[in-house]
Amino acid sequence: MTLVTRRKWVNRIALGLSLAAMAFGIFWLAWILFDVLRLGIDGVSMSLFTKMTPPPGSEGGLLNAIVGSLIMVSLAMGIGTPIGILAGIYLAEFGQRDWLGSTTRLINDILLSAPSIVLGLFIYALVVARTGGFSGFAGVLALALIVIPVVVRTTENMLILVPNSLREAAFALGAPKWRVVGSVTLRAARAGVLTGVLLAVARIAGETAPLLFTALSNQFWSLDLGAPMANLPVTIFKFAMSPFADWQKLAWAGVFLITLGVLVINVLARALFREEKK
Amino acid sequence: MSNLGAVVNERHAAKPVETSPAEKPVQISARNFNFYYGAFHALKNINVDIRENCITAFIGPSGCGKSTFLRCFNRMFELYPEQRAEGDLLLQGRNILGKGVDATSLRAKVGMVFQKPTPFPMSIYDNVAFGVSLHEKLGKGQMDERVEWALQRAALWNEVKNILGQSGMSLSGGQQQRLCIARGIAVKPQVILLDEPTSALDPISTAKIEELLHELKRDFTIVIVTHNMQQAARVSDYTAYMYLGELIEFDETDTIFIKPKHKQTEDYITGRFG
Repeated sequence: MTLVTRRKWVNRIALGLSLAAMAFGIFWLAWILFDVLRLGIDGVSMSLFTKMTPPPGSEGGLLNAIVGSLIMVSLAMGIGTPIGILAGIYLAEFGQRDWLGSTTRLINDILLSAPSIVLGLFIYALVVARTGGFSGFAGVLALALIVIPVVVRTTENMLILVPNSLREAAFALGAPKWRVVGSVTLRAARAGVLTGVLLAVARIAGETAPLLFTALSNQFWSLDLGAPMANLPVTIFKFAMSPFADWQKLAWAGVFLITLGVLVINVLARALFREEKK
Repeated sequence: MSNLGAVVNERHAAKPVETSPAEKPVQISARNFNFYYGAFHALKNINVDIRENCITAFIGPSGCGKSTFLRCFNRMFELYPEQRAEGDLLLQGRNILGKGVDATSLRAKVGMVFQKPTPFPMSIYDNVAFGVSLHEKLGKGQMDERVEWALQRAALWNEVKNILGQSGMSLSGGQQQRLCIARGIAVKPQVILLDEPTSALDPISTAKIEELLHELKRDFTIVIVTHNMQQAARVSDYTAYMYLGELIEFDETDTIFIKPKHKQTEDYITGRFG
């Protein structure tokens, strides 16, 4: 065998292995998506969006859980996004090599990889146990704790990707550092930063463990952040574990809604990133 | 040497009579100037006078310190804590390395254009207005005028006047570099530093920018670092040859290219070395 044919064969084998690995991954993913669609679409109807979670054996929907999830996710993003972006700016632009920066980076990485159930328990001990009850507010805090490290990391990474020559060019015009960061580097990295924020939304939309210990759930309509609040993940958990067929059907519908939501957010994030790259 | 001599002579033939560069006042001077990257001694005892409304070119092989020197004129090196300068660097008689000199207001007087075009991620208009808004509070009308003026001076106005709202990054490389020049002159500095401004550009864009430099020196003092000796011969009034952190020879461009005093300079410009 000549060197060239040998090289071609090695190339073919490597390509074959990569394709097989990809097919293996895609296979399970497609199966999951297919099942979610098949079982979930069944439960999707008007009453899903207009009725509250029912007692077993009667008709109902997921309105309170959908609204509760929307409220808690938006508030958690409202708290976590500014903190995460500002901390990410500090790490990338100011604390690149000092001890405060490296310590923060280390703690952030630990927080990023911490199991979400730990964060839920933390908020349980800090808020729920002290205020004497499960509340939507505690749920918001637990979700915000998950958002912050995700946003910090992506913001920092995206800012580091901005070429230094762009910073120098802004400095060369006599811009003070805060203007360089605010008007030039952050702007250059905004698509990436926004993508990180959207991915954080996707991440917390399906988090169950932290809500189980904080917001718990609520069978009824409630907008009170001081009281237990209905939400999709915990409702799915509760309904899917139940022996009642109509509850199980609603659980699948909830799974379908979350999957769809996360899918839309991911596609949006990719489209946004690509748009900006042009 | 005859090639470069021809370039110089050709330029002379085209040039109208004007005050000789040597009669112009000194704008920037370095006195016993030294520069260090950490422990590395990058610039050694440099003394040089750069004259007003002239183009001064710094040439020399890679790593000779010419860009390093240029980045001292606007204190760009201060962004990096391990870099430090010693000695005096005077802008109109005032030491810019002094503690009392504010780097941001210094940079309003000493603009810089980099090797690679660096348009900001904003519209063409905002690219030019950005620097101006840092130092002056202008009304909308005045700002419009300033942006147009700067783009005119950078020979870019005709190409972009209808697309001012478009992203600066959508322009071609040569246009982007002229946008960066416009951005620099919009602040109305006294000195413009150019760090190999055409090395990433094609010959046509390069010719445009060289032509532009001739125009700009009426209003600004220009210091240019270049790898391209023909470019130095074509555009500059003064040329400095640097080697290993030392200023080997500094004189009027014609002298440097036609009868250099040092053997080393001659070897470099004739291509025997470097």
